[in-house]
Amino acid sequence: MSQPLLSRLLSRLPWAKGGDATDPAELRLLLAEYESPGALILAARKMRDAGCTRWDAHSPFPVHGLEKAMGLKSSMVPLFVLVLGLGGAAAGMALQWWVSAVEYPLLVSGKPMFSWPAFVPITFECGVLGGALGAVFGFLGLARLPRHHHPLFASQRFERMSDDRFFLSVESDDPHWDRAADLLAEAGASRIEEIGGDGSVKEVHRGSGITSGPTSGTAADTAPGTSEEA
Amino acid sequence: MARAVADIDPVEHRPALVTGDDASFHGITETVVAPVEWKPPLGWYLTFAVSLAFLGLFGVSIAWLIWEGVGVWGNNQPVGWGWPIVNFVFWVGIGHAGTLISAVLFLFRQKWRTSINRAAEAMTLFAVACALTFPGIHTGRPWVDYWMLPAPNQMSMWPQFRSPLMWDVFAVSIYGLVSLLFWYVGLIPDLATLRDRATSRVRQVAYGIFALGWRGSMRHWLHYEKAYLLLAGLATPLVLSVHSVVSFDFAVSQLPGWHTTIFPPYFVAGAIFSGMAMVITLMVICRVVFKLTNLITPLHFDRMAKLILLTGTIVGYAYATEFFVAWYSGNPFELFAFTNRAMGPYAWAYWIMVSCNVLSPQVFWFKKARTSIPVLFVVSILVNIGMWFERFVIVVTSLHRDFLPSSWGYFRPSFWDIATFLGSFGLFFTLFCLFVRYLPMVAMSEVKGVLPQAHAHGLPPDATPEKPIADEAPPRPRPGLARPEPEGSPS
Repeated sequence: MSQPLLSRLLSRLPWAKGGDATDPAELRLLLAEYESPGALILAARKMRDAGCTRWDAHSPFPVHGLEKAMGLKSSMVPLFVLVLGLGGAAAGMALQWWVSAVEYPLLVSGKPMFSWPAFVPITFECGVLGGALGAVFGFLGLARLPRHHHPLFASQRFERMSDDRFFLSVESDDPHWDRAADLLAEAGASRIEEIGGDGSVKEVHRGSGITSGPTSGTAADTAPGTSEEA
Repeated sequence: MARAVADIDPVEHRPALVTGDDASFHGITETVVAPVEWKPPLGWYLTFAVSLAFLGLFGVSIAWLIWEGVGVWGNNQPVGWGWPIVNFVFWVGIGHAGTLISAVLFLFRQKWRTSINRAAEAMTLFAVACALTFPGIHTGRPWVDYWMLPAPNQMSMWPQFRSPLMWDVFAVSIYGLVSLLFWYVGLIPDLATLRDRATSRVRQVAYGIFALGWRGSMRHWLHYEKAYLLLAGLATPLVLSVHSVVSFDFAVSQLPGWHTTIFPPYFVAGAIFSGMAMVITLMVICRVVFKLTNLITPLHFDRMAKLILLTGTIVGYAYATEFFVAWYSGNPFELFAFTNRAMGPYAWAYWIMVSCNVLSPQVFWFKKARTSIPVLFVVSILVNIGMWFERFVIVVTSLHRDFLPSSWGYFRPSFWDIATFLGSFGLFFTLFCLFVRYLPMVAMSEVKGVLPQAHAHGLPPDATPEKPIADEAPPRPRPGLARPEPEGSPS
């Protein structure tokens, strides 16, 4: 009940269901790092088959086959494009009809006021505009972006998500949270970090055969990233 | 390792798209962000200074036009549509190659586009910005530009939606907007890379705001890829419609030389032709200045040169068809318009156009020319010149012989015509310089996705972490190609 009213209301909204169901201060995360897209797919299959639900995979480019390994349904973006595209086209035609036949009728060479063939190009362009807006805002809405704050950003290793590393993250409200760390490690994670609700990061596992990375024992706050890559 | 083996992609069994020793995920990040994170070379400052000077010239020209009126230009009866329209069509056309590379080649699964699509899309945006300036100023009264919008003006008059000029307003402005959306969506993952690598708080916040909190989540990528595919599917018919509509500005009028049904496909091919030349001009410079030679390789130029050859040949065919139809129609006015075009007072412009657009690309029948940087550069400049002259020839030669011989005239550009046109290059190159300085010039996430080590195709559906399998597909030897050797695990 410590949540402010506004965020409690926001969390009731349908699109907030996936992201903010738990009090952010209590949410903890496990972040496992993998070295290759193949390892990430194998780990994702393991998590999916173990019945985990509150987890995600992160990669610097779309890894094809991962959506199946995660058991994700196909995207609903096309629906947005269809509806807004047809809506845009209808709006474009309606505008031209209303202006040319109702608001400002102008007789040109005895042609009908609603001479629709002449209105096709603008109708088409408006349809494309609607579809494009549907694609962009459908994508942003379904991906729940923009979201500039996320517990994952507390981890410095996670900065390599957009460079060359592959990550799995599990949230503490997952039904298999207790054994999630073991699952991730068994799947060959090179490193696992736990991110606390207060933004603290501590390393809980280090896989074998790691050749790069900080060598000090308390790796939690050691700067990772580009410096170690010669 | 033998070069021939290393240059074959072990998954696709085709020439590798990224060459060099550091074709790893991290290597690509380093290569691409280098110009953004380092101090740019001296050449960048020089180019930027010159571009800014020309941008200043553009500003002065426009200010003088608005102060004095369209009389400062050479436009006058009978040539009422002079350089402003020529420049407008020229710039819109240049933009089209960017959309071709980013959308059409995406739909055709041409993976080589990933190295050049970002810069080509940026070129599209900046070319459209230059293009939109001209209809904005060409009446000399920019304060009534809102008459072009679908809104009643102060006399309660609405625009005429049956006019191709009105279609043009919608087509070009929507084209600019959709190109911007397409470009921005593609940029989001790369902006996240810049955010994550930022060394100063200012950069982190600036890139972070536009990266929208991108976490590279598969739940992001899933919708992102679908949105990107659909945007490509929408941009493809859009780009064809835009230059078709631009050509309607001419074709729907009843003027010999303009009133032809061949215009839409002819204009679209010409637009892609000119834009592809501009992409080559820009990439030839950028790949050397910003050390992208491993990402933008002779293979890319080879394929762009083939597209130039294809579209240039279509354009040449259209020139021939125009003359055939002028003769075959038996219409004396049509025949006069075209005879006058090739042999009249503007014959010099016509033959510059033909030699630049039809003859010069013929060298690209030879692979040596398609992969030779000096040849590519020279031909791309020639094509740019030729395509500007094409629009000049279409606009001016059709108008300068009015219906009554007493009204015939000869169009000469004024100083301000030339200054405005050169100034528009200032706007274009200023924007492009800023783009290469502050944004990743190559779509990193897309290039990483087409590297051989990005594929997990060798993974059987029942593979588990306990039964580790190699990430790459086992090599499938094909006749005629060197069998690739395993290159060791990528990291």
